[in-house]
Amino acid sequence: MAEVEETLKRIQNQKGVQGIIIVNAEGIPIKTTLDNPTTVQYAGLIHQLVIKARSTVRDMDPQNDLTFLRIRSKKNEIMVAPDKEYFLIVIQNPTD
Amino acid sequence: MEIVYVYTKKRSEFGRQCNFSDRPAELHVDILPDPTLAGNFIERNPCDMPIQCVQEMSEHEVNTERFATETRGINHVEGGWPKDVNPQEMEQTMRYRKKVEKDENYVNTLLQLGSLMEHCIKQNNAIDIYEEYFGEEEDVIEGTEEPPSAKTINVFRDPNEIKRTATSLSWHPDGGRKLAISYSSLEFQHGSKEMSFDSYIWDLENPNKPEMTLKPVSPLVCLEYNPKDSHILVGGCYNGQIAYWDTRKGSQPVEMSTVEHSHRDPVYKVIWLQSKTGTECFSTSTDGQVLWWDIRKMSEPTEKLVLDLSKKGNLDSSLGAISLEFETTMPTKFMVGTEQGMVVSCNRKAKTPGEKIVCTYSGHHGPIYALQRNPFFPKNFLTVGDWTARIWSEDIKESSIMWTKYHMAYLTDGCWSPIRPSVFFTTKTDGTLDVWDFLFKQNDPTLSVKVCDEALYSLRVQDNGRFLACGSHLGTATLLEISSGLSTLQRNEKALATAMFERETKREKILEARHREMRLKERSRSEQGKEEDAKDGDTEENPEDLVAQAEKTFFEIIEAERRKNEEEEQKIQAEMSKVGKEEKEDSEEKEIDEMEVRISFC
Repeated sequence: MAEVEETLKRIQNQKGVQGIIIVNAEGIPIKTTLDNPTTVQYAGLIHQLVIKARSTVRDMDPQNDLTFLRIRSKKNEIMVAPDKEYFLIVIQNPTD
Repeated sequence: MEIVYVYTKKRSEFGRQCNFSDRPAELHVDILPDPTLAGNFIERNPCDMPIQCVQEMSEHEVNTERFATETRGINHVEGGWPKDVNPQEMEQTMRYRKKVEKDENYVNTLLQLGSLMEHCIKQNNAIDIYEEYFGEEEDVIEGTEEPPSAKTINVFRDPNEIKRTATSLSWHPDGGRKLAISYSSLEFQHGSKEMSFDSYIWDLENPNKPEMTLKPVSPLVCLEYNPKDSHILVGGCYNGQIAYWDTRKGSQPVEMSTVEHSHRDPVYKVIWLQSKTGTECFSTSTDGQVLWWDIRKMSEPTEKLVLDLSKKGNLDSSLGAISLEFETTMPTKFMVGTEQGMVVSCNRKAKTPGEKIVCTYSGHHGPIYALQRNPFFPKNFLTVGDWTARIWSEDIKESSIMWTKYHMAYLTDGCWSPIRPSVFFTTKTDGTLDVWDFLFKQNDPTLSVKVCDEALYSLRVQDNGRFLACGSHLGTATLLEISSGLSTLQRNEKALATAMFERETKREKILEARHREMRLKERSRSEQGKEEDAKDGDTEENPEDLVAQAEKTFFEIIEAERRKNEEEEQKIQAEMSKVGKEEKEDSEEKEIDEMEVRISFC
């Protein structure tokens, strides 16, 4: 428990990190550093995207699996580390 | 041959049932073949028989059942909560969350994901993987500089039999897809009765036939599109009237100015003014007037100016104007180029007509056919006339700051490039178009293109600076495309052009100052001399006095001569008595002739 907190704190303190969201397999945000409406929006949208991405990768090659997803946009970068049950979503402002 | 077989039945036997019986065959008719009948027929050989070998097919229509689709958006509301947890209740959600956090799987997964994520975050922070090295290098075109060139794209010929000069061109204001050309014959009394008065609007894509015809009452000398409303054009006629057209309304002018209030000579230039209504224009002609018009009311000009330098408004001593210049950034000032070779700068908002004429610039030997301010440096303007093109600065009134050499042919029209401040174009009567770039070469044109064999009379550059159209003596308008080197703004060009203009202006200013000094010195010297001669009396005051003086001296000389002749005659007579009569007569005649010659010489 404490290690989890510590890990999250470490990530939060990295340069440019704007927010962290932990979502479970059903799309419920477990832990977040952003406000509720934003969290809900991210959780819903990213969740669907990750499912789609994973199914795409596995369709190409059933042995393959999605390890990381990065969406770079004009204003920031959304990074998703997926797992079977939980996702870790981090929004960062890349160095400019 | 009728073949008839008669069946008979007794009346009493009607209705009786039939009794059929067999009997042997009877030959009724035997028609033998008759070959002579073949003479009535002609054998047809060969016979055409169409046959077809195709699969038999049938046509069927099929339509699937309609599949109804609908586009729906998804609104993300918190979901996925298990049935027993009510998402609205904070307590329940908190409890659920806490439960999840205690799950061991959660802890392990998260530690693992965390380290993976940290790696990527640090990666991001370390290097910007999408960094662009060397920034945006657009102008690596230093190496790909092509020699300047101009390519003819299209040629528009006057469709009439009798060719007229294309005197003026105007590009369509939106995008320049159309070109309005006015045709007229500027040679004095050269127009024949069959010469058509029409002017045309051409679409650039179709050089075979003009898109629209404009039919004025007298040939148009100049024609301009309204920059605010691309359907309206105004034209100045050969007989001095102004007319305006609306292309939506047809070929006839919508309205024409009244003959009494128009110009008395062909209208050489008409320009639209920048006004809120977008309906004001002004025109000029060689009769010495500049008239302002509002096209909504063409019966009378709204304002009038007579180009009389003595500021008395006297039409007889006014200068005839050939070209007009108006810059929308300076709406109260305008310039007029005259037939006498002077440019008159005027202020529209002056209170008295005398003050309207501000100053003059003289330097050309003949009419100034083109006058335009540099679109980037409005203080400098270009004039084209006689055999040279000159660039002036507004501040220096004595002479131009830059000029081209004297060419072999007259220059007929010129204009600046709207994209490059140091490039301008001129046309000549030998049919060549010159492109000048004074940052590149000052003595000669950068590019000289022979467009056609006859003289070129008018020139207009399109607003994008790439295309230009020039009109010739026989009514042929050629559309040229300029190479990109001459139609794209180079780096530092504005700064270099500014520096060049300033340098030339300074040089002229210094020269002007020197001239003034020299003149002052001379004047002061002559004044001193005059004071000494003042006692001799005023000799050269009025022309009348001079004339009287001249007459007096003339008669004095004649008197002196006559007296001399009389004296000589007396001498001859004295000699005559000595020599003899014949010789006397001869010598008398001779001397009389001599005297006559001498008298006629006086």
